[in-house]
Amino acid sequence: VCIHRVRSCSGIRFIKSKYVCVFDKSALKFSHQQRLFRTSAVSCGQIVQFKLSDIGEGITEVTVKEWYIKEGDSVSQFDSICEVQSDKASVTITSRYDGIIRKLHYNLDEIAYVGKPLVDIEIDASKGVSPEEDVVETPPMSHEEHTHQEIKGHKTLATPAVRRLAMENNIKLSEVVGTGKDNRILKEDILNYLAKQTGAILPPSPKAEIIPPLPKSETVPAVPKDRARKIPVPVSRPIVFSGKDKTEPVTGFHKAMVKTMSAALKIPHFGYCDEINLTQLVQLREELKPLAQVRGVKLSFMPFFIKAASLGLLQYPILNASLDESCQNVTYKASHNIGVAMDTEQGLIVPNVKNVQVSSVFEIASELNRLQSLGSAGQLGTNDLTGGTFTLSNIGTIGGTYAKPVILPPEVAIGALGKIQVLPRFNGKGEVVKAQIMNVSWSADHRIIDGATMARFSNLWKSYLENPASMLLDLK
Amino acid sequence: MVLQSSLKNCLQLSCVLRTPKAGFRSTTSGSLIIQSTSNDIYQNLAVEDWIHDHVNLENRQVLFLWRNSPAVVIGRHQNPWQECNLRLLRQKNIKLARRRSGGGTVYHDLGNINLTFFTSRKKYERMENLKLVVKALKALRPQLDVHVTDRYDILLDRHYKISGTAAKLGRTSAYHHCTLLCNADKLILSSALKSPYTGLKSNATPSVPASVKNLFEKDPSLTCEMLLDAIAEEYAAQHQIDHHITLINPADETVLPGINNKTKELQTWEWVYGKTPKFSISTCFNMVYKDSVLDVKVDLEVKHGRIEVCNIDLPEQWLPPALSSELVKGLTGSKFCPNETTTLATTLLRVCPQDEELQSRWNVLCENMVMLM
Repeated sequence: VCIHRVRSCSGIRFIKSKYVCVFDKSALKFSHQQRLFRTSAVSCGQIVQFKLSDIGEGITEVTVKEWYIKEGDSVSQFDSICEVQSDKASVTITSRYDGIIRKLHYNLDEIAYVGKPLVDIEIDASKGVSPEEDVVETPPMSHEEHTHQEIKGHKTLATPAVRRLAMENNIKLSEVVGTGKDNRILKEDILNYLAKQTGAILPPSPKAEIIPPLPKSETVPAVPKDRARKIPVPVSRPIVFSGKDKTEPVTGFHKAMVKTMSAALKIPHFGYCDEINLTQLVQLREELKPLAQVRGVKLSFMPFFIKAASLGLLQYPILNASLDESCQNVTYKASHNIGVAMDTEQGLIVPNVKNVQVSSVFEIASELNRLQSLGSAGQLGTNDLTGGTFTLSNIGTIGGTYAKPVILPPEVAIGALGKIQVLPRFNGKGEVVKAQIMNVSWSADHRIIDGATMARFSNLWKSYLENPASMLLDLK
Repeated sequence: MVLQSSLKNCLQLSCVLRTPKAGFRSTTSGSLIIQSTSNDIYQNLAVEDWIHDHVNLENRQVLFLWRNSPAVVIGRHQNPWQECNLRLLRQKNIKLARRRSGGGTVYHDLGNINLTFFTSRKKYERMENLKLVVKALKALRPQLDVHVTDRYDILLDRHYKISGTAAKLGRTSAYHHCTLLCNADKLILSSALKSPYTGLKSNATPSVPASVKNLFEKDPSLTCEMLLDAIAEEYAAQHQIDHHITLINPADETVLPGINNKTKELQTWEWVYGKTPKFSISTCFNMVYKDSVLDVKVDLEVKHGRIEVCNIDLPEQWLPPALSSELVKGLTGSKFCPNETTTLATTLLRVCPQDEELQSRWNVLCENMVMLM
């Protein structure tokens, strides 16, 4: 009862099947038995020994390499049971029966013999040797029932639209209570019946949205109930969700992150955010990009952000420090090893660029290229991943404006950079101009860093980036 | 394109209809010869999976021709640490794949051709397929001394292996695939397939090493294209079909619905490494630190590619016991993977005492551990 139609892409021929069938309503008339879903695992069935079938090529023995099931699991016909290997051939053995696995005759790496039992399967006794699948099915209704419905000898009143809705959902009109005139079955009655049957939650109708304000003393009356009856939502199929929760252990790198972030929580963070006008920097980068390209280096904005941060740290070295565990001593780190948060398949990795304080913007860019390609290949080394003193996270490449970054111990500060947006701003003459705006969100350890220090550092960093020429004055 | 609901016939219809010569009549009888337009090992393995799962091979057979850019392919039940030099593979960007058929490890590059013979389970017959290949080679170059052994290898001059075989059998269909060395890089082949890892104990299927030779070395006029063509011609003759090769793009979802999911699955760590049968490593290494050389003994048990049990025997007090137990705890349950270990160890370092000496010892130990992976 299907229409065969195949069309070739290269337009050779439009091939139509010789026969075309019309969808026949009377074909809806089936007589199915309703089958029930069995959940009990009590042993009451027949145990069948499923023998290892012939592999071919005269092979008599194989090695069991992997079990896909264990004792107690239920299997359906054609489910994979195990993988066996024989002389360079890997064979998937599938079940011939529906049932429950009661015994595995071999352990892994043992030799199994063709013609001998592989597993014992318990089949439901009532179904015999070739059981059918356990399935919940509501029996499709025959067409006739809808036109000649009778409740206790009376014909049911329902409009054709209501009848169709019932038919589509396999509902017997005789089972629905009509609330209309003369016990007429309304559309709402069908929906109500459906909701009760499946427990599906139907969204409220647009009509019932205006709720008359009730005085506080009044308890909520039977209003919700009434509202539920009048929900005219055209749900034609009950929603069944068969997803399952999945639990996995936290291991490896993620376990380490749990430790690190829990330690970070102990640091009293304070935040400071600002807006940077990168219009000039955007222009500068456009000019410098091809020069870097010639030297084989891809130039992004990060090298500028990193170098400017280092220049700022020269003035405010406390931001490049570390507080010891007992909070007794602060160590001012000589090297500016600036970490760059990198999003890899594994998650958030933070390699760092060493000694930014003596590196040029170009050298930083080159080093970033190296770290990025190692990062995406999953080949970063211990040296690249340790020794960081200050971190920048360019989350803006993915999106976002302001953020609340978490300090990575043993550091004391971190900056998150939002995306660069083109926004209207006022210039010195009071005119509205196009500006390239980026937001920065700093977090710092309030035990040794105060707001004023963070603000001044940020202002200095901002001034270098808003007016890149000023960086030239302080470059070492 | 509106396709029939049964995917089994999907390939036959869509593919055959793409070929200008094929008429409607070919769909009823014909076997098929297809060739992949891709050199990606994962995509090509996915095509094999797809055909195995979706094409009805009751009354027809399929020959699939493919070549790959440099890759090492291990058998379904093998251990990559045992079979190849993973460090070298990572350095040289050689891909690692695990196929679904059994057998041993092979090295592929564009100088090697792969042939897959798809049949119904009943018609699975490896000898016949290999004899077909030998017949094709002899038709091309009658003076070639090539023959099939009872281990399903093809030998050149009675001595050098030029082809290895593996097979996969399902409920209703089966495939037998084999390699054929035309002009592969033998130097990389031998170094890639030599494992540097010691102390490994495993029940995984071991590979049987063999001396190999390229057909090109015997006859420099031979190319991969010529070999593919000769084999296709012989296949067409034996199956009474046109000598026509249909090209297939392994990324095309309209021809092969669901293929991209199969490709992705073959690339997951869980499949490539996680499917390794349980194994143990018991080894010692010399760790060079500043001016001294220390003896470290390591015992590991790896299941599903993850470290189940970890024991590191260090010289006493070289690392404070708290620190070394922190490392062992971190490694337990973690993937037996250099990247995972490096990121895990460096992240843990953030919450360790910030003593430069201790930290540098920790780093050296971790780097040595990574060398085992």
